[in-house]
Amino acid sequence: MRYSQKRMATAATKNSAAPNTKPGFVYLPLIAGWLFPGAGHFLLRKWVRGALLSASIIGMFALGLAMKGKIYTGAQDVLDMLGFVGDLGNGLLFFVSRLLGLGADQVQVTTADYGTKFIVVAGLLNVIAAVDAHNLRTGRKPE
Amino acid sequence: MIHPSQFTAVVLFALFASTVFGITQRETPRRMFRYGVYCFALFVGSAVVLSWVMFLIAR
Repeated sequence: MRYSQKRMATAATKNSAAPNTKPGFVYLPLIAGWLFPGAGHFLLRKWVRGALLSASIIGMFALGLAMKGKIYTGAQDVLDMLGFVGDLGNGLLFFVSRLLGLGADQVQVTTADYGTKFIVVAGLLNVIAAVDAHNLRTGRKPE
Repeated sequence: MIHPSQFTAVVLFALFASTVFGITQRETPRRMFRYGVYCFALFVGSAVVLSWVMFLIAR
């Protein structure tokens, strides 16, 4: 009996999710969130969430650079390709870092290997954050 | 250039990843916080446990 009531509450919660009635380009929070960490949430006026996401992802990326992590510039093998895709998730941070020549070309010390992973994971987390902004925008995730 | 210890690197990694996981995987602020703390504990706890396992295997 209690189980069925719980299920009913879950169904009611799902039905109450706001439909996509807001004007404007639906994919804007997704693209903005990818280009700049937290920007998708800022567009949706989720200031605290956006600030926390921005600080976390930019902090992780900056720490990766400070540890002399490598920024992938191309794909010579499969692992490089995966790292490159992860780095691309950082959006503008990745492109600006490439332009400024930040990051190491070769991983020579252990901390540089950590740094490389920090940069890749920052990109992957940024993709998760951008998709979350898109879900908030479409109403798939309740606000 | 900074040279964090392995444990410091784990804690920093766990802190940032848990923050993003908490915000994106839960709906309400209270549940976000609790899930973030849960993820942080799992990240750091599993790193400590696996470190001890590898230490004991290597002996």
